[in-house]
Amino acid sequence: MNIPENLKYTKTHEWVRVEGNKAYVGITDFAQGHLGDIVYVELPEVGSLVEAGEALCSIESVKAASDVYSPVSGEIAEVNDALEGEPGLLNEDPYENWIATIEMNNPEEVEALLDAASYAKHCEEEEEAMG
Amino acid sequence: MRKTPLYEKHVALGGRVVDFFGWALPVQYSGIVEEHLATRKAAGLFDVSHMGEITVEGKDALKFINYLVTNDVTKLVPGKVMYSPMCYEHGGVVDDLLIYMYDENRFLLVVNAANKDKDYQWIADKSKKFDVKAEDVSESYAQIAIQGPKAEGILQKLTDVALDEMKFYTFKDRASVGGVDLLLSRTGYTGEDGFELYLPPGDAGHIWDELLKAGKEEGLVPAGLGARDTLRFEACLPLYGQELSEDITPLEAGLDFFVKLSKEDFIGRANLLEQKEKGLKRKIAGLEMVEKGVPRHGYEVKSQGKSVGVITSGSFAPSLEKYLALALLDSDYVEIGREVHVDIRGKDRLAKVVETPFYKRRYKK
Repeated sequence: MNIPENLKYTKTHEWVRVEGNKAYVGITDFAQGHLGDIVYVELPEVGSLVEAGEALCSIESVKAASDVYSPVSGEIAEVNDALEGEPGLLNEDPYENWIATIEMNNPEEVEALLDAASYAKHCEEEEEAMG
Repeated sequence: MRKTPLYEKHVALGGRVVDFFGWALPVQYSGIVEEHLATRKAAGLFDVSHMGEITVEGKDALKFINYLVTNDVTKLVPGKVMYSPMCYEHGGVVDDLLIYMYDENRFLLVVNAANKDKDYQWIADKSKKFDVKAEDVSESYAQIAIQGPKAEGILQKLTDVALDEMKFYTFKDRASVGGVDLLLSRTGYTGEDGFELYLPPGDAGHIWDELLKAGKEEGLVPAGLGARDTLRFEACLPLYGQELSEDITPLEAGLDFFVKLSKEDFIGRANLLEQKEKGLKRKIAGLEMVEKGVPRHGYEVKSQGKSVGVITSGSFAPSLEKYLALALLDSDYVEIGREVHVDIRGKDRLAKVVETPFYKRRYKK
């Protein structure tokens, strides 16, 4: 499983890459693997506000719909329109294909997120719990 | 969870095992879409050992089964298979099943795993007035399905049975495949040509491996429950609990062809006849999403804000690359082209009624 060192993670399997005050947000390799083939991404609206821990958007795999939770609070600055036509990009490369960028209104929230090592441990625990 | 004789194979192949009505079965191996497309293009191998098998034997076997189900079993001949709903008196469905005729005194019924115990109880109950004996023999059978355009060629490598002479919905009681004596039928639940093998549980692992080996060059892949569902969905084959249930009659499900109201009396006939004469209030119809989104089982279908039905099955259709659904709709809304909305988790999305089946393959006649 791929867990890049330079990103921050949530326990709900989103990743964040910070550039200045802007956070790129996507789902992790663990998430895409467990969802299976992603067939639809309901992107958030540019300009809307999100709180950390709230649903940012939803992703539909063949079998089920799942929410993506925002790792940080702020305003949606951009969405990755390519996912509308090709939702499977999230399966192919979940780190290259971000879902949205968020103009953060509380950048300290990033500090509370997991680093790669802690996230890897969290994934192991979840795998074990799932049997 | 109960394990099929192929459980270890699924784990070794990287299958993602889930609880399917109490059975530990793989929902997928490499991925649902990949397995689905491989089955349409080449072939897929499915473990369907969870299916239930019930034998009916005795002097009245033919008469009894004809009373039990809606299709006309007197049209069966030895070596043929027939599909039929089995109804309650009120016309709702107990289950849908395959009927294998050995001879007029002996039949094999193949039923849904989730319904097996209920079915057996129902059949045993109803059999009391007849000179027959019903027996649940599910434990004696593993079942493997090989489905897809390459299925015949792959299977032919393991048997001397002339498969090209076997028609769709026929079977061989004793076919030797890979050195194992088994029941072989040209049947399936994918909308493709294919075969189903009923075999002793102890031989299942060996035959599974032999088939995978034989089909390697042709592109045979192991396929899970996920692909089985999307394949049957595209072909609009009904699934009990979704298109069929205790509360949905076979007429509402569009299975008129399998309901022979003019044959001798059978369970449910009076109410089905009445429903047909009065006209159906609701019917299963196909929907295609005009606005994007994935319609799913249980979502409400609306017209001008008012509820006009419910989605019974819905999915992204991998072969057609569309978001499609089967829905039980108020009969006023089922004409082709009719626009409705599907409430997809709080948002009303435009859809239109389209022809079914969504996917059609010509079977081996």
